[in-house]
Amino acid sequence: MIRITKRKEMPLSQSMAIRGLSIVLSLVVCGIITTILTGLNPIDVYVTFFNGAFGSARKIWILLQEIAILLCISLALTPAFKMKFWNLGGEGQVLVGGLATAACMILLGDKIPNPLLIACMVVSSIAAGAVWALIPALFKAKWNTNETLFTLMMNYVATQLVAYFIIVWEVPKGSGKIGIINQSTEAGWLPQIGDYKYLLNIILVAVITVLMYVYLKYTKHGYEISVVGESTNTARYVGINVPKVIVRTLLLSGAICGFAGLLLVGGTDHTLTTTIANGRGFTGVMVAWLAKFNPFSMIGSSFLLVFMERGASEISTAYGLNQSFADILTGIILFFIIGSEFFITYKIKFTKKTEEVEKANV
Amino acid sequence: MFDLVSFIPRAIAQSIPLLYGSTGEIITEKSGNLNLGIPGVMYVGGICGVIGSFLYEQSFDDPTQMNAALGILIPLLCCLLGSLLMGLLYSFLTVTLRANQNVTGLAMTTFGVGFGNFFGGSLIKLAGSDVPSISLSTTSGLFRTTLSFAGSLGDFGSMFLSFGFLAYVAIVIALVSSHVLTMTRIGLQLRAVGEDPATADAAGIDITRYKFMATCIGCMIAGLGGLYYVMDYANGVWSNDAFGDRGWLAIALVIFTIWRPNVSIFASILFGGLYILYLFIPTGTDLAVKELYKMLPYVVTIVVLVITSMRNKRENQPPESLGLPYFREDR
Repeated sequence: MIRITKRKEMPLSQSMAIRGLSIVLSLVVCGIITTILTGLNPIDVYVTFFNGAFGSARKIWILLQEIAILLCISLALTPAFKMKFWNLGGEGQVLVGGLATAACMILLGDKIPNPLLIACMVVSSIAAGAVWALIPALFKAKWNTNETLFTLMMNYVATQLVAYFIIVWEVPKGSGKIGIINQSTEAGWLPQIGDYKYLLNIILVAVITVLMYVYLKYTKHGYEISVVGESTNTARYVGINVPKVIVRTLLLSGAICGFAGLLLVGGTDHTLTTTIANGRGFTGVMVAWLAKFNPFSMIGSSFLLVFMERGASEISTAYGLNQSFADILTGIILFFIIGSEFFITYKIKFTKKTEEVEKANV
Repeated sequence: MFDLVSFIPRAIAQSIPLLYGSTGEIITEKSGNLNLGIPGVMYVGGICGVIGSFLYEQSFDDPTQMNAALGILIPLLCCLLGSLLMGLLYSFLTVTLRANQNVTGLAMTTFGVGFGNFFGGSLIKLAGSDVPSISLSTTSGLFRTTLSFAGSLGDFGSMFLSFGFLAYVAIVIALVSSHVLTMTRIGLQLRAVGEDPATADAAGIDITRYKFMATCIGCMIAGLGGLYYVMDYANGVWSNDAFGDRGWLAIALVIFTIWRPNVSIFASILFGGLYILYLFIPTGTDLAVKELYKMLPYVVTIVVLVITSMRNKRENQPPESLGLPYFREDR
């Protein structure tokens, strides 16, 4: 007989050990699968992985940049999740943020001075992201409309909206692409710190990380979010205005997603495509959940996922395999970590059936 | 002039994967499991069928000589097996290990879509074959076999009888599931599990078994949607990401139909129609507007979502325990 009981609370060291073990196990499984598919010996697999992530200064910068963007989107989603509002619309909120940025760059590019233009971009991208999250939030607050599907559908509406504007603004006509915006004037490009193209993004996201930690942990808003997340009935009972908290939190969530769109379009890509978010709206959900909504732990979980992606992409390039290899490995790691949570929350006892029967008879 | 005779068959062809996906998801959700991994499962179902028939076709010098029955059975079984494994994985994580359903589902979608695209892009290299692309025209021909007299029935024939057998199987499965869910004891017990597992448990219903069975059967049905798409709709040609977001639309359909597979038959045809409407609306040379028309299925879903939540009728609500894990001692 197996008996399962809930643990009271596990010491942090022990729970981290279980998580660590599950990550190690998943890496072993990933290594075995890669070996089977490529015929490479397992040690070489890990070496290639490591090279893909840290092989050169350029690769390290790309790694950091990818972590920053993923972390930014995960941070954006965190307050909503903590409130048990499943915002699966990160993808769309990033897209409209990027769209607003691109719109400013294209329409106002050579008409107003650069600092003013950048201010316009910041305001409009944040506003666009916030509005995109506000729409489902209002319906959730008023009529309890299912937010999981609502935000999900908003992603596709945003994708088509971006697709529409890409054709409107395409350069040259008929190419279906916008190309690099303001390539000659660099109007609206976020300033570069020294020679480091990605440094500004990384610093900004680091600031947001700290702010989000403080917001969730030490402010009244943060407290209200966790009460609503634990139980809306309790929240109502202690006098928290639940609809107001939902709307306010989602405005924040969408605003940061929109800001991530600004960082992508204005900071690094300088162009707009329908895939700038690249699935990070969904990956961000998992980053936030793996870190148990702690902004600093999220640095670790986003590092893990980005590291896997860069490593796997190095392997697929080297062996002529498809780039989606990274998704398979990410999936495997996630399955292991998701499974490991069970051993942190519950205790398993193996008891012999006969003993129990005897006890019952006595 | 709007060309209804060519519009309807294309709308129906578009609707079949959605119908499979939504029927599978309805059965799953009735057990209280919100499986957001359905898009991934449909990819896995599709690619497993492709792998099976690719290896089978490759074992012949001339694929046209292969056995017709095996040519259909091998991809079908591979597809069912692949989707079943995904279903088992989801149930193991969420039911046995009580993991969060949304996170598990999203991880399954990441994994499943990656799995489909990876093998779709690398199968030829991995199998050491020298064909330029995965094109299973012979197998597809078997799946697309239609009734021989369909052509002689004019417009009616081309509108309703011009599909491969998987299209009709989808409708039969939807009708049967509808019947089982509402008219049988098994269906009643399944709904009890989804509404209130604690009460169902007290009544002696095996919660774990029902959740496992419903999720696995649901996944297998959804996987067939992926198989239909590759073998019938896409003529046996696998191209990465071609299946697109149909899996998410299938999940949206579940709400649109208020958890009723029989309604889903018509609803999915409606969605299929909306999905391709942009091809039939004359916009001249303005390609940009077409992109806006592609929004329609999603906007309609949102509107329905909002309306059902506003009307707030008891019989239109999702299963009470949807998305929540069940732990007997946790009361």
